[in-house]
Amino acid sequence: MTDWVYTDKVKDHFQNPRNILAEESSFKEDGKGMVGNIKCGDQMLMLIKVDKEKGVIKDCKWKTYGCASAIASTSVLSEMVKGMKLEDAYNLSPKDVTKALGALPEHKIHCSVLGDKALRAAIDDYYRRNEMTDKIKKEKARTICQCMNVTDKEIEHAVLEGARTYLEVQERTKAGTVCGQCKEETIRLLEQYKQKHFTNPA
Amino acid sequence: MGKKMIYMDHNATTPLHTKVKKAMAEAMDLFGNASSFHEFGRCARAEIEKARENIASFIGAGAEEIIFVGSGSEANNTILNIFSCSCQSSCGADAHKREIVTSSIEHPCVRETSKCLNERGTPVKFISVDRFGKIDAEQAEESITDKTGLVSIIMANNEIGTILDVKKIACLAHKRGAYFHTDAVQAVGKIPVNVDDLNVDFLSFSGHKIYGPKGIGVIYVRKGTPFCPLIRGGHQERGRRAGTENTLGIIGLSKAIDMRRIEMEDEEKRLLQLKARLRQGIEKNIPDIQFNGHPADCLAGTLNVSFDGAEGEAILLYLDLEGIAVSTGSACASGSLDPSHVLLATGLPAEKAHGSIRISMGRDNTEGEVDYVVEKLIGIIERVRKMSTAYREKK
Repeated sequence: MTDWVYTDKVKDHFQNPRNILAEESSFKEDGKGMVGNIKCGDQMLMLIKVDKEKGVIKDCKWKTYGCASAIASTSVLSEMVKGMKLEDAYNLSPKDVTKALGALPEHKIHCSVLGDKALRAAIDDYYRRNEMTDKIKKEKARTICQCMNVTDKEIEHAVLEGARTYLEVQERTKAGTVCGQCKEETIRLLEQYKQKHFTNPA
Repeated sequence: MGKKMIYMDHNATTPLHTKVKKAMAEAMDLFGNASSFHEFGRCARAEIEKARENIASFIGAGAEEIIFVGSGSEANNTILNIFSCSCQSSCGADAHKREIVTSSIEHPCVRETSKCLNERGTPVKFISVDRFGKIDAEQAEESITDKTGLVSIIMANNEIGTILDVKKIACLAHKRGAYFHTDAVQAVGKIPVNVDDLNVDFLSFSGHKIYGPKGIGVIYVRKGTPFCPLIRGGHQERGRRAGTENTLGIIGLSKAIDMRRIEMEDEEKRLLQLKARLRQGIEKNIPDIQFNGHPADCLAGTLNVSFDGAEGEAILLYLDLEGIAVSTGSACASGSLDPSHVLLATGLPAEKAHGSIRISMGRDNTEGEVDYVVEKLIGIIERVRKMSTAYREKK
């Protein structure tokens, strides 16, 4: 038999996803995050229970409308965060999840981003419920392209979704399509995000 | 492997027919270049021309109207490029009739080529389809104008199986003095195709969808129709497609056609029964589904179905782990973010298109396999829906 589409680790988590939420009503969560949209092909719900004294995630359950990569990456993520401090969980990146899975093809990275985002949304929700809103890290977006009002976050998102060249970033975000003054900055960010999300440390 | 393996992805490609395999194995030593004058070359040439006659007669064409190319995609690319060609004096296309009219459910090799030509300055119009994938004749009539050079409509759609009324559209095209092409890759060898009956000027198909080899495609060009080669640099195929002939591929395709003559009719009847069984099995056992494509005018072996709240790539890969091969209209499987343009063109909402799979059966599939697939599908859909954020059982 030839190798499967993805790594054995992905296959294992796809076949036996861990921590799936069975009954939403019976799980008394401390924080809940839902991201994505089924129209775009994926959606993720994540619930967490928190040890309030230690600030540690005690339990984590999830559900998804998503592909094999979304299922496997969220399954792995749900195992990683149990027992993890809220701050550390908050700082997990898609790359950490990919590493735990062995590897994901580049065009599947965006599927693994979803679990990560849902987790942060759940932590934010916990902070909100417990009057700790000061801890919510606003994703500070900086406008790069003034003409089309495109932020660095949008450029990062485009890279995660598969843009690898300036032209592809332009196609997805429309950055630099009017006066073109932001070209240098956009290319710098493009390289930075490619490095951040897609280069494995040697 | 040991595991039960069921192949139901025949619209993607088919296995070689045993008779084709045998014919190709016997021809394996026919290495001579068909363009050479010596005995080696003449032997290859003789086989190629025999095959050409055979293949031509299968679609009611003359041998000199057949051009061998490398694939169905190459065939379609070649034809679309004729009318935007700027060397019109030599290829015979009318410089004032350069517009291309095509449908919104073409195979990517027509769709992407049309878009590319459009970006280079050729006007292109896309005619929409109804929810079954049929062309709106009124809109077609409006879209085809005196400026139209070529109308290109798929004969049978690869994703939903709908068979289009190409004869009618060909007639509309001719009324406006435009040429008509049909991409018949999914049609030739599955349904009767006759170029005179359909009154088409161009038609394309390939070998590997009908139990023939990969790497061989066919262009039919009606005598007297403008033509401009895509691949240049040789006199092969009467100067219409350069490159040494794929002797083995041509012989394989010819044998595949022989087998289609014998087997097509009975097989299509059998496939229709298998599909009815599959359809009933799914309908009876799985709630909240929807079949896509035309209920009657549809390729016998093709069934496209959407499952609410279940994502297509996940379904495909759970089926794969059970040894069942199907295909999906989900974006995630292809790596893009947009689901199948064909399903969207039929008006299917994106969230349903993401949850669609295509089951395309062929000559080796059995009733037992259909039952097995239904059984596995029931469990898989239940499982995927249980972990889905987008599924609530309707009670």
